[in-house]
Amino acid sequence: MPIPLTATALTTALLPLLTPLAPAEISTAGTSFLTAVTISPDQPVQVSAVTGDHLYWSFPAGAAQRPELALTVDLPPSADRTGDQSWTVEVFDGLRRRQACVAGAQSPVATTTDTRVTLGCRLRQIRSWAEPWDGDPLPGTYYIRLSTTELPEKDLGLPVEVALTLTTPTGDTNADQGVLAAPLVPENHPGKILTSPAVTPSAEPEPALSADWLPDFSARWIWTAAGGVLAALTGLLGFSWTRRRPQSP
Amino acid sequence: MIHSKLSKVAAIGLIAASALLGATPARADEVPETETDPPRVELVLDVSGSMRAADIDGATRMDVAKQAFNDVVDALPETTQLGIRVLGATYGGKNKRTGCRDTQQIVPVGPVNRVAAKNAIASLQPTGFTPIGLALRGAATDLGDTGSVRRIVLITDGEDTCTPPDPCEVARELAAQGTSLVVDTLGLTPDEKTRKQLVCISTATGGTYASAKSEEELTDRIKQLVDRAALPPPVTPAVVAGTEDCEGAPLLAAGVYTDRELIGQHRFYRVAVRPDQELRASVSISLDRPLNRDYGVLLKAAAPDGRELVRGVDAGSGRADVLSTGLRWSLPSSDSDSDSGAASNDVCLIVSNSFASATAAGAPGMPVELTVGLVDASDTPDAPGLGRGWLLLLVLAAAGLVAGVLTGWLTRWWVAKWREN
Repeated sequence: MPIPLTATALTTALLPLLTPLAPAEISTAGTSFLTAVTISPDQPVQVSAVTGDHLYWSFPAGAAQRPELALTVDLPPSADRTGDQSWTVEVFDGLRRRQACVAGAQSPVATTTDTRVTLGCRLRQIRSWAEPWDGDPLPGTYYIRLSTTELPEKDLGLPVEVALTLTTPTGDTNADQGVLAAPLVPENHPGKILTSPAVTPSAEPEPALSADWLPDFSARWIWTAAGGVLAALTGLLGFSWTRRRPQSP
Repeated sequence: MIHSKLSKVAAIGLIAASALLGATPARADEVPETETDPPRVELVLDVSGSMRAADIDGATRMDVAKQAFNDVVDALPETTQLGIRVLGATYGGKNKRTGCRDTQQIVPVGPVNRVAAKNAIASLQPTGFTPIGLALRGAATDLGDTGSVRRIVLITDGEDTCTPPDPCEVARELAAQGTSLVVDTLGLTPDEKTRKQLVCISTATGGTYASAKSEEELTDRIKQLVDRAALPPPVTPAVVAGTEDCEGAPLLAAGVYTDRELIGQHRFYRVAVRPDQELRASVSISLDRPLNRDYGVLLKAAAPDGRELVRGVDAGSGRADVLSTGLRWSLPSSDSDSDSGAASNDVCLIVSNSFASATAAGAPGMPVELTVGLVDASDTPDAPGLGRGWLLLLVLAAAGLVAGVLTGWLTRWWVAKWREN
């Protein structure tokens, strides 16, 4: 019975590929950059925690994406709280550099009577390349940290429920030139102290014949070619204006 | 409209391509990840006399803690290496000296034997003093230093009655020794002093504090902590000691390092960067003690002669667990052409901070986590050779029109002149 067996095997192999749209819910969060829990876009995240916890998640993002976060925190009962709480959501890139939020309530303050606080953050569009001296968002890993920055000492350690959704809509795909040689992902291996610089062969010289000068296919090719055709047509039109109109019979 | 449709098609193709390309390096990165041992967890339970108080929904604190422990033992993942230690469980007398040495391990750290653990918990009777500091030291010894992550969950209803040693100082001192040790604390209906002490202990080790006023809250919290402990960090950082100047600084390969830095101290490290490489570094300093409200961290890359190359900086205020920043640097392309003789350039990384503390500024220093990466340098892209947008079409069309008209006139003038002759 080789044929049905193969068919079953194929179906089981394909099934996970066919249903990537319903990722499992994440119910935990890390407590440091190293232990950050990886989430993917549109994956539901529902975590129980307490006030005062610092919760970490991470997600991968690529060029031209505009990651957007939406968080809600269900606060402890008002009766147990004695004052205002400042919540904040911060986003860091793979080098743990702070990234600016261009929209969203990044650090709202919940008053004693509030039952829930809503936070949001939209990042700048991720660039495909930036100079090393620049802090622009680049492809790679991003870290999310949710914390309470100011609250009465008495209100520490009370239970909260955190819900998080991440979306990564794609913006203008050819806004940028250049590519980053390696994405900004953390180096997850233990370090080693050297006694002399590691001798690794330098990269071999570029082959003489290279097509680097030719840009990759992009919408710019279509725009430019269309412009050329248009220019030819208007050229013909302009030329025809200078001809004598044929006399109507 | 054709243009916009076409460009949409092209754009979709590009997105797919970039998604594919983007996915590859991320996978490649997962390969060199080193195997880490499962984390080891020890629950430390206060069985002092005050646990007799029947103030949690009518039940005694002890009964609630026992019930919560049973629930947690049932829910534990198979891989967890768990141990249980108690304090104040055996000595019922008044002698403080004896009472303050009263702490025992009742379940050794290892794969969980549910029946044995439950029996051990069931026999506990609230009895003596609260020697938290000593119990923490005992728990750290129980967990050993096998290189895997160590976590202590401390459950208590009252402050330490055996100071000195101050349990907060003990926690900071333990965290500074050996592989990462985290103490999570849980207060059962804590009063103000207990809460402050537990917050101090957890902050000193990068742990968390929670209070529990019901059995449900206690069970939920212990489960959260055990769940979090089940996810070990992907790497155990190598220990390094930065120096006071660049000359004798340790030369680092790519990877993750840990060090300690005092308030106001500068720590120097060295990295050799080839002209075709890009240096990536990030640093995180943990705020493990009471600090003044505002603070900052600075990571500077400098040439061996002290010339600054680039800096990463971050500052903040209020509660925080770590403060981090990072930088990228590669030899500017004009320099790398003229300077190609050198096999590699030494770059000094300098970590400094602007913390201040009124109470705990001394040793051990604050935990520093340093990550060094060396990747291929990225080329500066050329200006775009192709254009896009409606303005481009308009300009080209107008240029075509003008060229057409001029050509037409020229041709007429040339034909007329040819006829004349």
